[in-house]
Amino acid sequence: MEHIPENTHIHRDDEASKIGMWLFIFTEMLLFGGLFIVYSIYRYLHPVAFELAADELDVAAGTINTVILLISSMTIAMSVSAIQKGDRKKTLMFLGATLFLALMFLVNKYFEWGSKISHGLYPGSDSLHELGHGDTLFFGLYYFMTGLHALHIIIGVVLIATVMYRVYKSRVREDKYALLENTGLYWHLVDLIWIFLFPLFYLVT
Amino acid sequence: MSENLTPSGEPSYLQYKGRYRGIFAWIFSTDHKRVGLLYLWSIMTFFIVGAILGLLMKMELISPGKNIMGPQTYNGFFTLHGIIMIFLIVIPGLPAVFGNFFLPIMIGARDVAFPRLNLTSWWLYMLGAVVVLTSQFTGGGPPDTGWTFYAPYSFQTPTNMLPAVTGAFILGFSSILTGLNFIVTIHRMRAPGMSWFKMPLFPWSLYATAWIQVIATPIVGVTLLMIIAERTLNIGFFNPALGGDPILYQHLFWIYSHPAVYIMILPAMGAISEIIPTFSRKTIFGYKAIIASTVAIAFVGYFVWGHHMFTSGMSGVALYTFSILTFLVAIPSAIKVFNWVSTMHKASINLQTPFYWAVSFIFVFMIGGFSGLVLGALSTNVHLHDTHFVVAHFHFIVFGGTGFAFFGAMHYWFPKVFGRQYDAGWANIGWLTFFIGFVTLYGPMFYLGIAGMPRRYYDYVEVFHGGNIISSFGAIILIAGAGIIIANLVKSAIYGEEAKQNPWGGITLEWQVPSPPPLENFDEIPHITKGPYDYS
Repeated sequence: MEHIPENTHIHRDDEASKIGMWLFIFTEMLLFGGLFIVYSIYRYLHPVAFELAADELDVAAGTINTVILLISSMTIAMSVSAIQKGDRKKTLMFLGATLFLALMFLVNKYFEWGSKISHGLYPGSDSLHELGHGDTLFFGLYYFMTGLHALHIIIGVVLIATVMYRVYKSRVREDKYALLENTGLYWHLVDLIWIFLFPLFYLVT
Repeated sequence: MSENLTPSGEPSYLQYKGRYRGIFAWIFSTDHKRVGLLYLWSIMTFFIVGAILGLLMKMELISPGKNIMGPQTYNGFFTLHGIIMIFLIVIPGLPAVFGNFFLPIMIGARDVAFPRLNLTSWWLYMLGAVVVLTSQFTGGGPPDTGWTFYAPYSFQTPTNMLPAVTGAFILGFSSILTGLNFIVTIHRMRAPGMSWFKMPLFPWSLYATAWIQVIATPIVGVTLLMIIAERTLNIGFFNPALGGDPILYQHLFWIYSHPAVYIMILPAMGAISEIIPTFSRKTIFGYKAIIASTVAIAFVGYFVWGHHMFTSGMSGVALYTFSILTFLVAIPSAIKVFNWVSTMHKASINLQTPFYWAVSFIFVFMIGGFSGLVLGALSTNVHLHDTHFVVAHFHFIVFGGTGFAFFGAMHYWFPKVFGRQYDAGWANIGWLTFFIGFVTLYGPMFYLGIAGMPRRYYDYVEVFHGGNIISSFGAIILIAGAGIIIANLVKSAIYGEEAKQNPWGGITLEWQVPSPPPLENFDEIPHITKGPYDYS
């Protein structure tokens, strides 16, 4: 048992914060897990419509975003290695790259959604309702799940920017980088969820 | 305030002067004890509001026809009553108040693992509460779906659902953060020598509860988000007109909300498991069996949600499965009752107010539990579904179980929390009034339900009049009892006699520190060598 100095309220336990982050990741997976259940039930009920609707999605855009996220997962992992070695400059560089890739993902998503919406394919649209129940549910789930995922990307962007600022101010450093590590864990989670969303919506046709 | 100093001269947590003054010293304090009290005051305030709503509903039901409110008002009342009582009171309830206050002390720690996150969860709780309550005063009027927000009505009703559902989502977030914090605290911060099986039972119950909070809450979170999307974007997840399935909503909702019942009751059982050995002055009977049953309840509790939906439309196999699992979950609950009663056997019992609460807890919990089996059986369920029998059942469990344990814990730990002792005479009168009122209020509902009176109607036919009169008078007695209890506690917290460090002769760690505890709880972190209830 480590010695805790008397009359202080400062208590630092990096292991604890990592466990906390893992638990949080667990809750996130269950959050999406609920949606995966809904997806599988409606896919089971409308197999043909889901197959045809999936053909409508832009596989190229999806693939590019998958590659972007995979690379960004690598760069954030490299930034963790860099801070462990005490290399502040490289840490900032890799975090900057991650941030850039995250924004690229969002830009790509914006154009992808934009083109769907311009075709009248958005929740509640008349042309979607004319296509029938299966398509309505497919695109409903598509927008809801990728939208929720994009929201997580945006939160990730804020987190990464915060960590960059703290690395810059040397508040996250060689001997104190739990925040960076946890941000990395979060970012991998966002990546992982996309790895499931991508085949479910774009590839399984 | 008393000058209660620790041996090292440190002031108590109530007197500690930090960076802020006045109310800010509380709402910005990350001290787990102050956060616990923040929750206590918020929960007590909401409880008074929720109880008054309940009383007004009983006054409406005192005779057939319209008495004090029409159908739409009544719908709004039972919805708000449910939301307040479930999301704002019994789900945070014991973990947020007594868990925050006593978990670190009972495991020999100075605080929870993430004190700032702990304060954040209270802020989120308040934010959620405010958002929920704005639904009453804005938009299309008070929500009228009941606290379950069943689809498709929840996205078709013109009433103001969005704030209610959003608020419930935020409250879920707050609950997750508390659970996460407790799991990490228990894993990382137990005092040296406190192995898992030397940990007291209240922390054990909080541990099992915290896992339910972490695992189950996200499901309702995403379900509520889907309701929000249904209302704003008309997606069609649960809308049959667009191919969606309303039954799916019920499944997703109860996947969380049934385990949530165990979020409510497990910490209550934990508190009872603390009170009974202390006043029996005896080791608890079957310490490990209680732990095993706690874990078993938490586990099996995940697989019984379908018993809320026996009449909604499910396959026969699903019905049988959910029914038998429901019967299974009764076994660990019964094990606990046997253990508590066996602990009292041949004990020289110290009859004090907390013990009265604990014993009456066992009484009402058993009635609630047995009536749960009546509802868990398929054939009787069809007859009793959505009748007052169900209302009686879950009030016996949730109000009788969790509520009695909450008041019991309040009277048990009161001297430790405030450093003052309450007036035992008034506390006993309050308890007796409350208990009589409780049984008079909810007892007749069993009969009314069997006779066929449905729930959630502001009116009824003449034949149900007798039972409803008794029930409504019970509500008045119960409110009087609650008034006595709260007045006595509030008065005692300010003017009561100074409490001793260990007024009940308890031997868990919280009784080894001064009343009220100093800011850092312990001058020196204790080394644990004995089990938690070793009275030898």
